[in-house]
This record gives sequence, structure tokens and C-alpha cells, in this order.
Amino acid sequence: MKRVMHRFATPAQFLRLSAAILPWSAGLTVVLFAVGLYLALIGSPPDYQQGESVRIMYVHVPAAWMAVFVYAVMAAASAVALIWRHPLAYVAARASAPIGACFTFIALATGSLWGKPMWGAWWVWDARLTSVLILFFLYLGYIALMNAFEDQTRGERAAAILALAGAVNLPIIHWSVEWWNTLHQPASMARLGGPTIHGSLLAPLMVMALAFGAYFVTVLLLRIRSELVARKVRAIRLVRVQAAEEARLTRQARHAEA
Amino acid sequence: MSRFLLIVRRDLRIAFRQGGDSSMAVVFFVLAVVLFPLGVGPEANVLARISSGVIWVTALLATMLSLELLFQADYEDGSLELLALAPLPLETVVLAKCLANWLLIGLPLLVAAPLLAVLLHMSAAGFATLALAMALGTPTLILIGALGAALTVGARRGGVLLSLLVLPLFVPVLIFGVAAVDHAIAGLEARPLLLALAGLLLAALALTPWASAAALRQALE
Repeated sequence: MKRVMHRFATPAQFLRLSAAILPWSAGLTVVLFAVGLYLALIGSPPDYQQGESVRIMYVHVPAAWMAVFVYAVMAAASAVALIWRHPLAYVAARASAPIGACFTFIALATGSLWGKPMWGAWWVWDARLTSVLILFFLYLGYIALMNAFEDQTRGERAAAILALAGAVNLPIIHWSVEWWNTLHQPASMARLGGPTIHGSLLAPLMVMALAFGAYFVTVLLLRIRSELVARKVRAIRLVRVQAAEEARLTRQARHAEA
Repeated sequence: MSRFLLIVRRDLRIAFRQGGDSSMAVVFFVLAVVLFPLGVGPEANVLARISSGVIWVTALLATMLSLELLFQADYEDGSLELLALAPLPLETVVLAKCLANWLLIGLPLLVAAPLLAVLLHMSAAGFATLALAMALGTPTLILIGALGAALTVGARRGGVLLSLLVLPLFVPVLIFGVAAVDHAIAGLEARPLLLALAGLLLAALALTPWASAAALRQALE
């Protein structure tokens, strides 16, 4: 496991591999979004109860799934980073956090837009809305902790521990909030006895979910690549500053001798 | 064990010699609760309705504010490094510091809570449960808060950051704490909720010292 990881996950190897994957994942994202948005906005029938506003769901539900999924990715990357001290894992965890926070925000915003015509209120304190809101704060805390230290590695390690603590706590928070209040319609996808959603609505939803997934992979790869490049630039600058400083000191010393 | 108690005694002694610092938490607690009647109006039934929630939320904030500097002083004067090098595992050191802080902060909150319940016209049926729920809940809050404090040791603008890290993790304690009191007031069985609070406490006791110690170790590297 460790050998495989170290062979394939060196930054140089990653840059090469991701350069090969990126055009494909970017292309896949565009195609899936084109198909998914067409199906969602034009190709699917309006719901008999919710009317046209059911179309919000095609963005809302995949965003909510991704919000949780990205947190899982982040926690897994943090665990790898803490256990094996792998530099690339820190970068991956760091790079996924803002993407996950954006997905969470999209889920909250679209949920609020959908809630106005459906529930007659922009915000309802129901269980799932509340736990997604708390997830959003967990993301913000992670990002804030990451940037709170002068020393970048220090922030990354602290944030990795926080991500794991959050991952342990997230189910507890979710269940306690669920218990606290349930007004949201019960989950209609992950249920025993198959989904209760009709096929004509399910197809665009699945395509949109795949599109969101492909988008995440593309943006994650881009962010990791740019972070690696930024680190290289920082290291080069540091070397240059050090070299300039040394040159200055030797010049001074020579001056003093003369 | 004796080393454990030594650390507890050391923290208590430092707190008493400095005087006042740790009593600020309970002063904040009382003051913030007293602001609520001024804010929402003095009607007894409104206050009674929100009393359990107000007391718990304020207790959450009071614990969080007082934990901000749990490790900071030790970190700055270097005694944290000595504690980390001591033969006692760092996890146990964290537990000892949490116990000391519970005695300094949690216990005064516990004593003040029923008093504030009277001020907010809470029905007398809830008093015993409130005390019990706070006794089970405040140690959990301190253990989770200690993790936040350990993570933010040496950070820029620690205080605001700590609230962002810790308050979302406090949510289950808040929910079960308030629910237990409300159940008792409504004449329902509060026992399952108290058991849930006890479960949260046990989980926090078992897990957070490891995370806090790991956070402190990477801060000392």
C-alpha cells in the first residue's frame, strides 16, 4: 500500500498523471452538464404537485450529495496525511475544502429558493437543512484554521485533525438534529424497496449527479496542480532571497576587511 | 495517578493565585442570561418557555470563551513542552487540565444555573433535571472545547476562530440538554435524554484526549 502510494503519488508523477486526466474529465463535465441541464430544464416533465419548481431539485440534490461526499474525501485525505505524512494528501485535503464549501452553499441557497414556493418560507428549521448548515460551518472552520498560522504546514496539520474530529462528529450531529426536528420530506432515494421517485425525474437527476462528480474531479485536479506550482514558486523565491541575503553578507564582510 | 492529580492541583493553584480570571465565565453566564428578559420582555410565560434554551446556549458560550486560553499560557512560557516530555502521556495531561477546568468553570456554571432558572420563571419540575443535565453536559463541552483550544494554540486571532471550530461540535449536547429539561418540565420521561448526554460524555472522554494530544504535539513540533 505504502509503496504503491509513494510510487504514484509523488508530486511530479501526479502532475504528469493529472495532465493526462484533465482534458478527459473536463470534457466529460461539459458533456454531462449539457445533457443533464437539457434533460432537467427542458426534457423532463414538470411535477404534478410541485410544478416547474421541481427543476430546482436537479441542482439542489446533487449539490447536497457532493457536500457530504467532498467532506468524506477531505477527511480521508486528512487521515492519509496524518498517518503517512504524505505531502500530496495535505494538498488534496486543502484543495477540496473550498469546493465542498461551495457545494454546501449551493445546496443551502437552492433549498431556500425551493422552500419559498413549497413551504412558504425562505428558511425552515428542519433537520436536514439544519445539519447542512452546520456542515457549512464545519467547512468554514476548517478553512479558517488552515489559514490561521504563519507556518503553512502547521495549519495543514491542525486542520487535518479538525477534519477527522468533524467526520466523527458529523453523524452524531446529523442524528441529533434529525431527532430534534423532522419536517423535511423523508429521503426518497436511499430507501429500502427502491427509490420512490419517478423514472422521468430520476434520469436527469442521475446525469446531473454524475456531472457534479466530474466537475469536482476536474476542479480538484486543477486546484492541486496550481497549489503544487504555487509551492514550487514559493520555494524558488525563498532560495533566491536566501542567495541574495548571503551575497549581501559576503559583500559586507569583504567591505569590512578592506 | 498522583502525577495526574499534581497537574490538576497545579492548574487550580495557578487559577486561584491569579484570582478572578476563571470566575469571569460564571459572571458572563449570569450577565448574558439577565440580558434576555431585557431583550424579549418580562412576560413570565415567554421567559419560562425559552428558559432552558437560553440557559444552555449561554452556558455553551461561557464555556467556549473561558477555554480560549486553556493551553496558550503553558505554550507561551514553555511549560507545555515540559508536560509533553513528562513520563505522563500527553492524553492524560489533557484530561487533567480538563478536569481542573471543569472544577473552575463547569462547577460554578452548575451552581448558577438553577438560580438563573428561577429568574427566568422556569417551572420547578425542571430544576433537578437541569442540574443533572448540566453536570453531564458541561464536561463534554470542556473536552470538545479543549480540542479546539489545542488546535488553535499559537494561531492568529484565536478567539473568533475557536468559536467557529467548536460551536458546531457543541450542537448535540445543546439539543439533548435542552430536550431533557423541556421533557422534565412537560412531565415526560427525561431519563433517555440524560442517558444520551451521558453517552456523549463517555464518547468525548474516550476520543477527544487523543485528538487534543495529537493537536498539541503538532503544535510543539
